[in-house]
Amino acid sequence: MSAVKVFVPRDATALALGAETVVHAIAHTGRARGIDIDIVRNGSRGMFWLEPLIEVATPNGRIAYGPVKAADVANLFDADFLHGGAHALRLGTVEDIAWFKQQERLCFARVGVTDPLNVADYIAHGGYRGLRNALAMSGTDIVKAVTDSGLRGRGGAAFPTGIKWNTVLGAEGAQKYVVCNADEGDSGTFSDRMLMEGDPLCLIEGITIAGVAVGATQGYIYLRSEYPHAHRALNAAIANAYAAGWLGADVGGSGKRFDLEVRLGAGAYICGEETSLLDSLEGKRGQVRFKPPLPAIKGLFGKPTIINNVISFASVPIILDQGAGFYRDYGVGRSRGTLPIQLAGNLKRTGLVEKAFGVTLRELLCDYGGGSYSGRPIRAVQVGGPLGAYLPASQFDTVLDYEAFAAAGAMLGHGGIVAFDDTVNMLEQARYAMEFCAVESCGKCTPCRIGSTRGVEVIDRIRANVDREKNFALLDDLCNTMRNGSLCALGGLTPDPVVSAIKYFSEDFV
Amino acid sequence: MRAIDANRAKPGALLPILHAVQDAVGYVSSESLPLIAHELNLTRAEVYGMVTFYHHFRSAPPGRRVVQICRAEACQALGARVLEAHAKRTLGIDFHETTSDGAITLEPVYCLGNCGCGPSVLIGDDELHARVTPAAFDELVKAARAAT
Repeated sequence: MSAVKVFVPRDATALALGAETVVHAIAHTGRARGIDIDIVRNGSRGMFWLEPLIEVATPNGRIAYGPVKAADVANLFDADFLHGGAHALRLGTVEDIAWFKQQERLCFARVGVTDPLNVADYIAHGGYRGLRNALAMSGTDIVKAVTDSGLRGRGGAAFPTGIKWNTVLGAEGAQKYVVCNADEGDSGTFSDRMLMEGDPLCLIEGITIAGVAVGATQGYIYLRSEYPHAHRALNAAIANAYAAGWLGADVGGSGKRFDLEVRLGAGAYICGEETSLLDSLEGKRGQVRFKPPLPAIKGLFGKPTIINNVISFASVPIILDQGAGFYRDYGVGRSRGTLPIQLAGNLKRTGLVEKAFGVTLRELLCDYGGGSYSGRPIRAVQVGGPLGAYLPASQFDTVLDYEAFAAAGAMLGHGGIVAFDDTVNMLEQARYAMEFCAVESCGKCTPCRIGSTRGVEVIDRIRANVDREKNFALLDDLCNTMRNGSLCALGGLTPDPVVSAIKYFSEDFV
Repeated sequence: MRAIDANRAKPGALLPILHAVQDAVGYVSSESLPLIAHELNLTRAEVYGMVTFYHHFRSAPPGRRVVQICRAEACQALGARVLEAHAKRTLGIDFHETTSDGAITLEPVYCLGNCGCGPSVLIGDDELHARVTPAAFDELVKAARAAT
């Protein structure tokens, strides 16, 4: 009899919830009972309240159990879980769980399904079809497909990806670069991490397509040092892609060269800003550059450079595989395609929901999120990381769409949603926004470097009831200066959480 | 020197070299700065500036185990502020400090990507923990002390 296949995630959140001890227990119990078990370390399906979620391959599909603790394992064996036996933790097939079923997984189609490091498994699940198509196309046609798909930068700025690529395509230069921004520093976001751990070959394929499109031969993935698990997964996947001939001197037998290397950041939030990231890659302090020149013209080492977020690159293979129209048919208005949304903070059912643009905040918080984890009312939601505005319940009908969020004075950013219950003190959150900016400022421009420190002091005076009127006016003035005078989004957007906290939650500033 | 030689040929070699030095000895000593500067044809100030700019690099040896507590918003929404205060009080140290027995260095971290299951704590290089209550923190610290 062949070995029974059991899937146990190696996703960092699953590990943090005890997946490693579950693996040991399954392997140990299997050996003790003389059963041959093949354990596959997949990515997470993104339902964190069910992690560690394990799956067993049976003739009736993959049957899931979760959340599984090491102590449950012997019991699961007794219930014959290896043949999908009944058990209190049995969830059925993942695809039939409503939370999962209603999603539109394009970018995350393989995450949690495949063995992340196995090239053959990747190809068996549709991998490298996009790159194969791209290798038969001209650079102009590849860029046109990306432009026509309507894909916009998923890192937060939402700049049309095709236009960026077209600039690099048209730029003169013997050497061009592709750089992946994997410095996912926004609190409440983890889609980059999940993709890099759960389907790193998809990212590698997307970056390779970019290189082929514009004639770049070297790529770098700039990964934050806080992601050790993603670091290992990427390095292993890159080595396997080289071994299988999908990276190196002869990509997929095309005669084209493309090399790819992971570089580790060192704990600086500002290096998620693209020009700081480029300086950091060059071996300097990660300080923001003046623009122009754009990185597309003068980027890494002064050469034309495509720089995009992980999810932007990982969305490209399916566009080249299924066509621009297929991708474009998802979404609303000028926000086309799908967004991997991350539900975080104080919610009952946190995790990853990939949906076409157009879903409302309320659906995500209530239907998917299931309300707060603590059971108390949700009072505030921060979307788009530490530079995103705080929204009250009255704004929960806002539709997830770049323009709708901008109209509400907020931003969608990288798609992270952090919920707070009614125990939150919004003055403290406003103060923290300024404090974070002070800690992470690169120091190049004064409004950000000094303004953030003064911001903390002014809020402290308001808290202490010193010259309230005067200090509110001063804070307002300071926020305007930071917003209009900063060199990049860190100083420029830090006022957003502060001003929105005062606007919507003024009772906390009394 | 081995850290320098392994990475010298890379474009933008300074960042990988500093990582290699810290991975090997736990910190980037002031004695290593002129050596790195000389080999890369940089000034000492440039190398020193790198070490102090990036939060990840340390200029002094840490305790036997480094414990990082996430301070970011998603973890705050689940009680990270209480956890932070508890950690500082029970360990008797502030962030960036080491307990008097040299066992634990406490550091803040701004997001570990475990935002669905906070508060999050990272111990050592890759030991990530979810839903860390003050009581769970005490157990983790006890285990970390026992392991060193």
